[in-house]
Amino acid sequence: MKLNYVASFISGLLFGAGLVVSGMANPQRVRGFLDIGGAFDPTLAFVMMGALLIMALAWRTQKKLSHPLFSTSFEIPKTMPVDWRLISGAILFGVGWGLAGLCPGPALVGLVLAPKKAILFVGAMILGMGLYRWVEQRLFSKSLNQN
Amino acid sequence: MMEIWNRAQPLQGFTGGMMIGAACALMLVLLGRIAGVSGLLARALKLTYPPALDPLALVFILGLTLGGLFINQIIGSVEVIYPNEDLILISAGLLVGFGARLGSGCTSGHGVCGLSRLSLRSIFATGIFMLSGFVTVALMRSLGLSS
Repeated sequence: MKLNYVASFISGLLFGAGLVVSGMANPQRVRGFLDIGGAFDPTLAFVMMGALLIMALAWRTQKKLSHPLFSTSFEIPKTMPVDWRLISGAILFGVGWGLAGLCPGPALVGLVLAPKKAILFVGAMILGMGLYRWVEQRLFSKSLNQN
Repeated sequence: MMEIWNRAQPLQGFTGGMMIGAACALMLVLLGRIAGVSGLLARALKLTYPPALDPLALVFILGLTLGGLFINQIIGSVEVIYPNEDLILISAGLLVGFGARLGSGCTSGHGVCGLSRLSLRSIFATGIFMLSGFVTVALMRSLGLSS
């Protein structure tokens, strides 16, 4: 078995375990963070602090590497301007996130923790991604080819 | 004020957050990739345009789901409270899936990997989806809608 598959699997395991340990696999807790006027729960802020601390160190390490340890090159998004797609996508995402208290990672973990409920969200989320691909193909393919 | 800290789990949040950060760090340093769950899920399911096979993404998504399962067995079943209304789960899923793809990322890609890199697009996206989430929850509260 290739090392890059092992690395990706272990990273996934750690991510999923972190979501459960942090309480972020519980939609009620995530919704609590967004509910400032109600039953506010600040836990998500502590999750962000822990994650950002480690990732800030990882970016510093990344700058010193000529290539990733198990791969030939970094696949990192280039610097792009803030555009209407980013803004409208974030608005829509936030509405869905607020409605259910779920984002993609916790929803996938939900498939094993609360399968009957999570499958509805995950099914709809995949449909939403497919719908976006359809729109992207129809509307944006010209502008993509120009780049 | 005190009841907020009765609900919150700062230590678990911070610990789980560091695990999530470490998972993203492994993806970056070992494989040179951004551990954004929405992007990896779309690639795992070939829901990108143009479509491309991405087995590493599929392995990550499998690991993520299994990681949640394993840790839940180890630390004992964690509390997960999902919205009662199936219609809310389905509409939220559609918005999260479509919005994350349109906005090029979700809580992990923009919120953890992008923010820690001080990417302007990620700072905007994270600020906007948080604001949008706050507004959504506040509106639901004022309309008397519970999830």
